[in-house]
Formats: sequence, structure tokens, C-alpha cells
Amino acid sequence: MTRLVPAALRRRGTWTVLAFLSPWLAGFLLLGAYPLAATVYFSFHRYDLFSLEWVGLLNYEYLLRDEHAWTAVRNTLWLVAVMVPARLLFALGVAQLVVHLKAGTAFFRTVFFLPSLVPLVAGTLGFVFLLNPATGPVHALLGAAGISSPDWFGDPSWAKPGLTLLGMWGVGELMVIFMAALLDVPRHLYEAAAIDGAGPWQRFRRITLPTIAPVLLFTAVTEVITTLQYFTQAMVAAKVASGTTDLPGVQFTPGYPETSTLTFPQWLFHQGFRDFAMGYACVLALLLFAVAMAATLVLLRRFRAFTEGDLA
Amino acid sequence: MTAVLGRRAAPGRRAVPRRRRTRARLVWIAQHSLAIALALMFLGPLVFIALTALMSNRQALTADLWPDTWEWGNFAAVFTRAPMPRWFGNTLLYAGLATAFMLVSSVPVAYALARLRFRGGRVALVLVIAMMMLPPQVTAVPLYIVWARFGLADTLWPLILPTLFGNAFSIFLLRQFLVTIPADYSDAARVDGCGELRILLRVILPMARPAVAAVALFHFFYCWNDYYGPLLYGSTNLDNWTLSVGLASFRALHRVEWNLTMAATLLVLAPVIVVFFFAQRVFIEGVTLTGVKG
Repeated sequence: MTRLVPAALRRRGTWTVLAFLSPWLAGFLLLGAYPLAATVYFSFHRYDLFSLEWVGLLNYEYLLRDEHAWTAVRNTLWLVAVMVPARLLFALGVAQLVVHLKAGTAFFRTVFFLPSLVPLVAGTLGFVFLLNPATGPVHALLGAAGISSPDWFGDPSWAKPGLTLLGMWGVGELMVIFMAALLDVPRHLYEAAAIDGAGPWQRFRRITLPTIAPVLLFTAVTEVITTLQYFTQAMVAAKVASGTTDLPGVQFTPGYPETSTLTFPQWLFHQGFRDFAMGYACVLALLLFAVAMAATLVLLRRFRAFTEGDLA
Repeated sequence: MTAVLGRRAAPGRRAVPRRRRTRARLVWIAQHSLAIALALMFLGPLVFIALTALMSNRQALTADLWPDTWEWGNFAAVFTRAPMPRWFGNTLLYAGLATAFMLVSSVPVAYALARLRFRGGRVALVLVIAMMMLPPQVTAVPLYIVWARFGLADTLWPLILPTLFGNAFSIFLLRQFLVTIPADYSDAARVDGCGELRILLRVILPMARPAVAAVALFHFFYCWNDYYGPLLYGSTNLDNWTLSVGLASFRALHRVEWNLTMAATLLVLAPVIVVFFFAQRVFIEGVTLTGVKG
């Protein structure tokens, strides 16, 4: 900040600021605050787009008895507990590798990044076909190694691992973020540690990890929040593997095989927009909101230091 | 063997012991082999989709990897089985308009958050981050009811019009870039009596071109790939399907063979990959910007 310019010059009138912010202020009210309040309101009602009826806490009570909702919660938590760490560790490993390559860094970075751009529907279709024992090469490859391959997206206990593989394939964005973080670690720290006789693992634990910790935390929280919204891949995999779909007039129940890929947002979607139990869908929405906001708060606490001071 | 053998150590520096050198070479080989193996695994599914797309229907149902006959006609067949041009047009309309609207509304907001001092600035930023983290399913029911009341629930407009109100992720990303531009540039313009809008358009935007390009590309591809949105709005009307909605129902809807399904898949993902190769730097730099340091 230069001293020569009086701070007053930067302090523009309230109207200027409001004018610049106006699209978002309106958006926050219309697309954030209002629907949130309305979600709370509808959660006490039975509503199907035609008749609105006050039912008190009935929707909340139903949540306790709704087996599918808890299956959906369990499946979603499975993905948070398995897929998020798998993606983070894999991305970090690949990033470490690419950063240390002496030749072809740009080429490998491009190759590893590419799948993350593949449209989710397209990627999921490819994976369902790829992992299908009858049509894909994975079965033959595993067979050559003496492992009998499961029927991934047709087997309730293997569908989520299949989705995890799909998630690890699309890890490119995380890898690029981690590469940037790893390249930011000051060189001289490694050199000093090497002189002190620290091995590769020690260097990683004592230097790399603490330096990239903020980036790791940020990505971990955003990954958790994205996974809470996990919808497309599970829905498409179930549709393609079961060979059914929801067309006008045809009902599709998500989760195939059995209920193994039924995630929370899918159940919300199904309740709200296929069965039109909109009041109940609002209860599910509020549960999702509570969990997502808890994760966001973790992030914002970290963020305080970051948003302070650098507002020019 | 003599110690040096032609490769002389640099003067004043101890020669690297041979064992260390062999080890370094082994590490080099191990690292690059691992990278090549990984590269094959990352590219494998894409190659597999492409090969299956060129197989005959009978062969696509076997575990064969290499097409016996190259059925280039599969791509044309996709168009006769499904209204691809219509889906393509709808997707383009959605992605194009949403991106344009998003830019017009988000750039000024990001500018204010990054470069204007005002009371409540921090709160506004925190709210943007909170909105960014808000799962779209949370607010879906009331918004759907509003759009249904306007009679637009089975069109794509509920996905396009809200981008006029700024997109939290884009605002945040742009803001991250705009704070890095030194204040001197705008201060100089202010001393000359420039208004903020002129400063934004004439001084800041030209410098922020890479960030604006990244945000636009990200949003365009977000819409291009979006499945949840077009499934919620528009999927009840076959005329309003996008590529992702159509592709997900392609096989069940048209009783179509796997080879054609993979050909359609390839047609959907090809534009994305083509654009990526032309704008690779924009992508990589943009992604790096999203991994904020805490």
C-alpha cells in the first residue's frame, strides 16, 4: 500500500459499493436466504405442488423411521470415509511423483489431469462398461494375475469400490493443486535437512507435510462437501448397470444394485422431485445443510487468518 | 576400471561416488516406469471407450480390446438413433448463456470484494464462501416451487437465469486473483479522477484476463457436464434434454447397443478434450488458483 494516496481516495461511497455488489446481494437473498427460510417452513408441511397442509413434526418423525434415508446416510458416509482419503492420498502421491520427475513433467501432468475434465456422465458410462466382467478388459487383467474379478456395478458390496476407482481416476484437479503446493516448499529446507541426514520419509513428514498442511485442509474440507453432494456418478452407474432409466411416466428408484449406491442427495431428489413428498425432502435438505455447514465452519476458522489483512 | 573414465568431476567438487550415481539412476528409472504405468492407467479408459465405439455391436459385447472391423459408421448411427443435435443445442444454450450471465454479474462483485474498502467487506466475503459450500440440494425444493409457479420447471431457464445473480465459486476465484494486482495501478487511475467502473474495465480487467478466461471455461464446462441441474429441470420434457441427461438414458431409451453408447460418450467428451488442448495453460493456472493457501 502506498502512503502517497490518502486512504480516503479508496473509500468510495456506499452507493458505488452497493452497485457493484448488487447482483450478488440480490442473489444471496433470492437464491440463498429465501429458499433456506422456505425450506424450514415447508419442512413442517405436507406439500406436493398442489395442496399445502400443516403437519407439525410429522416429517421429522418420519425421518427416524425411513430406512432408505439411513441407508443413504450410511452410503454417503462410506464415500466420505473411503473415497475422500483415497482421492487425497492418491493425488498427493501422484503430485509428489510428477514434481520429482526429471523428464516429461509437462506431458505426465497433462495425462494425469485429463480424466478430471471428462464429463461425469461419460466417465461413469465408460467405467461401468470397462469394469463389466463380460465386456471389459479389467476382468481378464485381474484373471491373469490370478484374482477373480467381482461384478463391480452389479454387486452390492463392490459398487461403491467401483465408484471409488472412478473417483481416483478423476483426481487431476487435486493433483495440480498439490503440485503447486509442493513446488512452493522452500528448496533450502530440504537441503538443510539432507545435510542433517534426514531420510526421504523424515523430510516428507517434517518439512513437506507441515508446509502444505493448509492446502491439504482446504482441499479435504471441499472434498468432504463435494462428496456430501455425490449424485451424478452413483445415479448414472445405477441406471446404466441396471439398464433402466427415468423417463416421463417411468419411475426409476436409485441405488442399484439393491440400495448400495443410494446416496443422500439421490434420496432427497427422489423424495422431492419424483415422489413429490416436498415437505419431507425439506427435512432431508436441512440435515444435509447442517452437516455441510459444520464442515464449512471448520474451513472458515482456518480462513480467518487468510481473509484478514490482504484486503487491499 | 579407472576411477573417472572420461567423465571428469567438476574441479573443486568431490566426484559423486559411483554407488550414489547408480542409485540415482535406479531411482530415475523407477520413477519414470511408475509414471508411465500410471499414464497407461489414466489413458486406458479413454482409449477403451474409443476402441469400443468403433467395434461392431457383436464384438462390443465380448471382452475383445481391438476392433476386428472399424465401424466408423457408428458415429453417424448415433445421430439416427437419438436427437443429438437437439441435445447439443440445448447444452450449448445452457452453457453459453449461463457463462455469459455469470461473467457480467460476478466480475463487479469480485472487484468490490477484492479492491474496494467498505464496512462489512469481510462478512460479505465469508458469505460468498458459505454460499460456495452450500450444496445445491439444500435449497432445491423452494426454488423448484417458485419456478413451477412461473411455469418454467420443465425448461432449462431455472439453470440459466440464476447466473445473473453471480456465482459464488466464480466470484471467489476472481477475487483471489484480483487481490494480487498491486493497488498502485488503480490508485494512479483514481488520482486521475477515474470512476471505479472505468478502473475495472480499463485497468483491472485487461490485467485479469487469464483469471476471467479460467472462470469462464470452468463455468462453461461445469454446465456442459452438469447432470443434476438438467435432470431436475427440463428432463420431464424430452425436447429440453441436454447431452448429459440424454447420454445417461441413451442405452435404456433407445434400446441401443454398447458400441453406439460408447460412440455417443465419445462425442460428448471430445469437445471438452479439444478445448483443453487449446487452453491447457488457462486450466492449470485456474485450478492452481482454487487451491487457496490458508
